[in-house]
Amino acid sequence: MITATDVSVGYGGKLVVKSASLHAGPGEVIGLIGPNGSGKSTFLRTLYAALRPRAGLVTLDEQPIAALRGTELARRVAVVAQETPTDLPVSVADMVLLGRAPHRKALAAFTREDHQAVAAALSRVGARELADRRYSTLSGGEKQRVLVARTLAQQADHLLLDEPTNHLDIRYQHELLRMVGQLGVTTVVVLHDLNLAARYCTELVMLEDGRVVASGTPEEVLTPEMLLRVYGIHVEPVSVSGTLQLVFSMADEPAVPTP
Amino acid sequence: MTQLDPALREPRSAPPPPSAPLVFSGDDLEHDRRTRHTALWIAALLAALLITLPVAVGLGPVAIEAGTVLQILRGHLFGGESMGNWTNSEESIVLLLRVPRVLLGAAVGAGLALAGVALQALTRNILAEPYLLGVTSGASTLSAASILFGASTGIGSASLAGSAFAGALAAGIAVFLLARVGSQMTSTRLVLAGVSVGYVLHALTSLLIFASDDPNAGRSVLFWTLGSLTQATGQSALITWAVVLGTIALLLLWSRPLDALAIGDSTAQTLGISPAKLRAAVMVVTALCVGALVAASGGIGFVGLIIPHIARLCVGSTHRKLLPVAALLGAIFLVWADVLARTALAPQELPLGIVTALLGAPLLFVLVRKLNPTQ
Repeated sequence: MITATDVSVGYGGKLVVKSASLHAGPGEVIGLIGPNGSGKSTFLRTLYAALRPRAGLVTLDEQPIAALRGTELARRVAVVAQETPTDLPVSVADMVLLGRAPHRKALAAFTREDHQAVAAALSRVGARELADRRYSTLSGGEKQRVLVARTLAQQADHLLLDEPTNHLDIRYQHELLRMVGQLGVTTVVVLHDLNLAARYCTELVMLEDGRVVASGTPEEVLTPEMLLRVYGIHVEPVSVSGTLQLVFSMADEPAVPTP
Repeated sequence: MTQLDPALREPRSAPPPPSAPLVFSGDDLEHDRRTRHTALWIAALLAALLITLPVAVGLGPVAIEAGTVLQILRGHLFGGESMGNWTNSEESIVLLLRVPRVLLGAAVGAGLALAGVALQALTRNILAEPYLLGVTSGASTLSAASILFGASTGIGSASLAGSAFAGALAAGIAVFLLARVGSQMTSTRLVLAGVSVGYVLHALTSLLIFASDDPNAGRSVLFWTLGSLTQATGQSALITWAVVLGTIALLLLWSRPLDALAIGDSTAQTLGISPAKLRAAVMVVTALCVGALVAASGGIGFVGLIIPHIARLCVGSTHRKLLPVAALLGAIFLVWADVLARTALAPQELPLGIVTALLGAPLLFVLVRKLNPTQ
């Protein structure tokens, strides 16, 4: 369970997140949505203490996260963050083994159990055969799956993801989010694609200019009025085989083109 | 507008219990093979180093058999009958010249390789090497100043190593302060700071040589820029070994955080490591180590750049395995490079930096092609 209460975060003199709140109950998948620059990633970073809020409180299972030591936090919260690629060659197995580091003492060797956890995590994301490949040689989709495998190997019961579907083709976007939903861990995920958010998140939190402007179920948040106000785009929610689908059109176009 | 029935939305499958998200199977990623692989490399390299040391002591303008070397050493260390079939001059060469030199070479090689591994992880840049920190340039600048202007003011050559160390540290601190803006130190800023401090100090050294009247000045300063083990003494070898052992102990303690830092700052952060603090701590340790190495042997290039890459090809990039393997490879490499330096044009000595560059550059060409990240 992750709870953020009236959190404000900023860089220098500028506030990027303004008094935002969020609650992710056990097993829930909370989608963090909003236009570019609305503060989604910054908000997410405060949830794993990479940024310290100027005001407000973030708690993990009702403990303030500021009071948790780094490795203790890492045993309970796993993160897939945006990362600039490294020059150094690293194998997929070593990449996923990093997820075991918070569970081991500084000088202790990785055990058979650690390697089993890595194998199981890679199998879970369908990437077991990539174990001895160099990470930098993988495709975008394979890389994201490996990063998710690392969070699985970390065996934390909270998962934070920052735009995990970036660079993924449509099939892997759906596969990845469905898998995240099936993990049963408390999840907060930053998403750009509103249709994906509607389909795979139990609740959504929409940010605009650092403020939470709507939160609740996808149906409650993704209303035509709200999307026009926040994104400046017309939307027609339709139900296709029982799934919420948003059909978009620019503000100066008719909502649904007439044939 | 179509009305949505929430009940019609895709039903989510019931999640498994959060406590057991992973199903372990018999698959352990060949744990035994992975563990044995590293152990074998370390054992093989240790053996190679143990053979290298006495053999290398015997090699030089005056060649002495490895067996004789061992007998001289045994006689010296454990006393007893030191009356073997060797001459007094052979004994002096072994004990006073070659043993300190080979021991110093091994320590410097190991230390440079360790510093290279650490700095490549800090900067996430495969071209990072110990001299990125500007410490060689700092050492040359201060030693040049002390050679050129110190002699007349009473600072003798005994304090040369001292000035080299002071210069190395001063340069390291300058790079550190430049790279650290508002408690943040990014890898890009570290590289830029190192390069710019290096250029300034390089220019200062040239200016000093240019401004002095001493015709031998350039040659003396060259010692610090190209590196040499000719100044080795038992004391300098011991001090350097102590520094290198201390460095590897600390870096091993930080090996997991270094793994994470080599992937990225965000990754380190999410695994409970403060990237800025770790980078600062590793940099201080590395600068001290390289400062000590440069004071003892000058700036020997290429070892810190090339050895980490070769070690990665052997055991991968996990620092717990990489650090000892790189240290052993560096030690062996530098001892043999120095054997070449003193035998290739005997009785003339080649500056060691020339040998390591000539040996290292072709290796680098091969690695450049092998390490292509898009391959």
